[in-house]
Amino acid sequence: MFELSQDHEDFRAVVRDFAENEVAPNIAKWDAASYFPTDLVPKMGELGLFGLVVPEEYGGAGESGDFTSLCVAIEELGRVDQSIGITLSAGVGLGINPILTYGTEEQKQRFLPDLVAGRTLAGFGLTEPEAGSDAAASRTRAVRDGDEWVIDGAKAFITNSGTEITSVVTVTARTGTTAAGAPEISAIMVPAGTPGFIVEPAYHKLGWHVSDTHGLTFEACRVPIDNMLGEPGQGFKQFLKTLDDGRIAISALAVGCAQACLELATDYAKTRIAFGRPIGVNQGVSFQLADLAVMVEGARLLTYKAAWLKDELHAGRRSVAEVKHAASIAKLYSTEAAVSATRIATQVFGGNGFMEEYPVARFYRDAKILEIGEGTSEVQRMLIARGLGLPA
Amino acid sequence: MNIVVCVKYVPDAQAERTFNASDNTTDRDNVDGLLSELDEYAVEEALKIVEAGEGEVTVLTVGPAQAADAIKKALQMGAHKGVHVDDDAIHGSDAVATSLVLAEAIKKIGNEAPVDLVVTGMASTDGTMGVVPTMLAERLGLPAVTFASELTIDGGAGGTATIHRDGDASTQTITATLPALVSVTDQINEPRYPSFKGIMAAKKKPVEKWALADLGIDPSQVGLDAAWTKVEAFAARPPRSQGEIVPDEGDGGRKLAAFLTEHKFV
Ligand SMILES: Cc1cc2nc3c(=O)[nH]c(=O)nc-3n(C[C@H](O)[C@H](O)[C@H](O)COP(=O)(O)OP(=O)(O)OC[C@H]3O[C@@H](n4cnc5c(N)ncnc54)[C@H](O)[C@@H]3O)c2cc1C
Repeated sequence: MFELSQDHEDFRAVVRDFAENEVAPNIAKWDAASYFPTDLVPKMGELGLFGLVVPEEYGGAGESGDFTSLCVAIEELGRVDQSIGITLSAGVGLGINPILTYGTEEQKQRFLPDLVAGRTLAGFGLTEPEAGSDAAASRTRAVRDGDEWVIDGAKAFITNSGTEITSVVTVTARTGTTAAGAPEISAIMVPAGTPGFIVEPAYHKLGWHVSDTHGLTFEACRVPIDNMLGEPGQGFKQFLKTLDDGRIAISALAVGCAQACLELATDYAKTRIAFGRPIGVNQGVSFQLADLAVMVEGARLLTYKAAWLKDELHAGRRSVAEVKHAASIAKLYSTEAAVSATRIATQVFGGNGFMEEYPVARFYRDAKILEIGEGTSEVQRMLIARGLGLPA
Repeated sequence: MNIVVCVKYVPDAQAERTFNASDNTTDRDNVDGLLSELDEYAVEEALKIVEAGEGEVTVLTVGPAQAADAIKKALQMGAHKGVHVDDDAIHGSDAVATSLVLAEAIKKIGNEAPVDLVVTGMASTDGTMGVVPTMLAERLGLPAVTFASELTIDGGAGGTATIHRDGDASTQTITATLPALVSVTDQINEPRYPSFKGIMAAKKKPVEKWALADLGIDPSQVGLDAAWTKVEAFAARPPRSQGEIVPDEGDGGRKLAAFLTEHKFV
């Protein structure tokens, strides 16, 4: 129970090797240029990273894969660079997962093989300029006109939505009003290049420079009615279900961040000399690293416990409620630990920690979004409290 | 097409490598080991050949128990089966003895189905002698075409192997009839990473474990005592000395050019 299987560890070794050879040597350059490395995506596909939770018929790992393996891959990529880690996490969690879970056979055949191979990427657009945590406040509308949906509205901060290889973005939109008068929200797939689907220029972000994030505008954007994903009116519910997986994946990404900080800062504390001795001999430094080690361990255990529960749920042995609760706990703790970890690591590096030549500076910038994306820390606390049975 | 790839398990070149103080052999216990990076090119090349046509790749290693990891990595990359020769008596063997064990193992592999091609790396990253491939070819009576930066197989099993070998001033094109032994350089391809599916599939692939007795080799023919060469002493490399500063007295460019040509950088 307290260690991953040999298969997971074998896989970890390969992903680590890949990250250290294919990502690490280039990342500072990519980050400085806010460059999205399109060529890396099919290489990740060849490794099988996008297919770990996908059946073999679409090119995935089938029964030999599991969600825990995906977390291992995200952690290891994230240990070298967070942007590459989120590209995988969002690629699977937001891109592939909704299509896999709710798509018709035809929709799956159309999109999944290329997505799993890393030839294409997909995004999921829920957030709007005025609807984030309160996602139900969505204003984007889709109106039926004959055998087409006509979409008008805007989405904000959508990951993997504007790369050269983005094939489709699934967006949530109001498609009507329920009998009770509440908005009916559905999910609709909008292929890249559809007229009226406008990808706004990339954001200038504090971190995640290598990850692709765009605002999207829809102006009388027409797609066939067959592009609806899942049941009409279920878009919001479907999306919330997808988010549980995403939260565990973000938690794994946070573990990678904290682990990198621990390794980098510990090495530095052993070799940086001040007052004639390595700085790590001072308890002021070493105790912070000890705390950091505890955070990494705690975050890792919570993350893989949640991942394990998710795999058990898949096998029908656990309940959705258990996974949800564990996912929120893991996401909250790990992401806050990662932010603390970057603060400690940059402090240990002194002035160098403020310099882009040192990866801790990049991790410092990259960590903050972990506490915001896929449900803010506050939202996680709300969900955990609700899980305790407190009045909502 | 039956291909045998000889691979070596070596201490990680990224780590601090050292020798055993007792017998001056490589310390394999205190340093993490892995499949020699130069041998990954050999595995990749063999896989490309069978993927383009048909056949099977057998990876062969001679080494201690941990060397199973080298075979595992090659199987994860896509090789079909493994042979691991492990015998305490082999400890401390030199290139001559190693080539003997490899040759006997390849003969035994060939008893099942004839071996058409033996592929090796150009040298190990620990010993870096680079002589085993030629010795092995000699023992097996195979043509040795070494240091290939390109390899083309024509006509399948009974056909030919043509290589490019890059020298300082020229590139030779050499053709050998199969069966043959080819050693490859790090220029020949870009070794793949094992995929998730490859990792899972590797668990089910057969690995034979042979001892010297299985190969009919007398223990006295191998090991430290039989070695023709021996490490007499070892010492840590002195720390890097300061670089040379070339003062520019109007002829700085000339001096730099002279330095570069003298050290064969240009
Ligand atoms: C780089 C990046 C990538 C992203 N990728 C995607 C994507 O691919 N797809 C997608 O749909 N979205 C994406 N997002 C959006 C992200 O999920 C939202 O930004 C996030 O959910 C927060 O929503 P918001 O920005 O509207 O903040 P708000 O909801 O406005 O929240 C502002 C603050 O108020 C707090 N708050 C709000 N309500 C409460 C409450 N009831 N109680 C206590 N506190 C509260 C929040 O916790 C937060 O601190 C991305 C965002 C970023 C920055």
